[in-house]
Amino acid sequence: MDKILETDGERLLVAVRNLLEAKGLVTTAEITERRAITDAANPGQGARMVAKAWTDPAYRVAMLSDGAKAAEALGIPMRGMPPLGVLENTAELHNLVVCTLCSCYPRAVLGYPPFWFKSAAYRARAVRDPRGLLAEWGTHLPEAMKLRVVDSTADYRWMVLPMRPAGTEGWSEEKLASIVREGDMIGVTIPAA
Amino acid sequence: MLAPGSQVLVKNDWPETRGPCHIRTPHYLRGHRGVVVRQFGAFPNPEDLAFARPAARVPLYHVAFSRQDIWPEGSDRDELLVEIYEHWLEPVGAAS
Repeated sequence: MDKILETDGERLLVAVRNLLEAKGLVTTAEITERRAITDAANPGQGARMVAKAWTDPAYRVAMLSDGAKAAEALGIPMRGMPPLGVLENTAELHNLVVCTLCSCYPRAVLGYPPFWFKSAAYRARAVRDPRGLLAEWGTHLPEAMKLRVVDSTADYRWMVLPMRPAGTEGWSEEKLASIVREGDMIGVTIPAA
Repeated sequence: MLAPGSQVLVKNDWPETRGPCHIRTPHYLRGHRGVVVRQFGAFPNPEDLAFARPAARVPLYHVAFSRQDIWPEGSDRDELLVEIYEHWLEPVGAAS
């Protein structure tokens, strides 16, 4: 009966894994650890970083200068991950992240990319008509605001540090983290209290 | 090495018309001018890595482009910020 569930892809995966182990390139424990890290990564990790940056000025500075180090400081595993850059939204500048070539994404801190991030429509429109695209997300930028579209084409991964919304004065880090969504850290949306 | 603020031209080169290749320079930027924002250090050339060839480390830059230079419609306050390897960039002289 097990054969019914067996696919070529799974057989290939097992064969490659066995080869990697036989050649001493990787151990079962390493594969298990990596799978656990991948499954644990989710937008809540990035949201914790954002909330900390909103409440701790020194952390904000550290996060803007080296995102990977700042992630590690909160216990987010970054070993073997590409460098992480952080783009700060201000009253004058809004950042939007896209990967026009494929679907490069800061998985360590945001988890798996949402389906639309990988779509041809998002990837094309984010660079050609970014304000039109944002409007469809309900994000209307003032005309005077500069919009910076960061196309992650190479070795870095990028996340947005949104502005702390008004009405959140005195909130705890946990409560602040709870309002930060995946889209806020890609730049398609803006967090609200 | 290209200093921040340097004007650069992305090579108008199309290796994909000459055979199998892996390029991390988006097609929409080729032949366009931008400004170097910062250097990120050097990374193994993905054009070789993709084919499991020995890959030399090449300098990587963040380069800013005016979106309106590429697509005339829309706001003139949109900037595109893109990672580009040095071998795709040509310095643009002040006189040119």
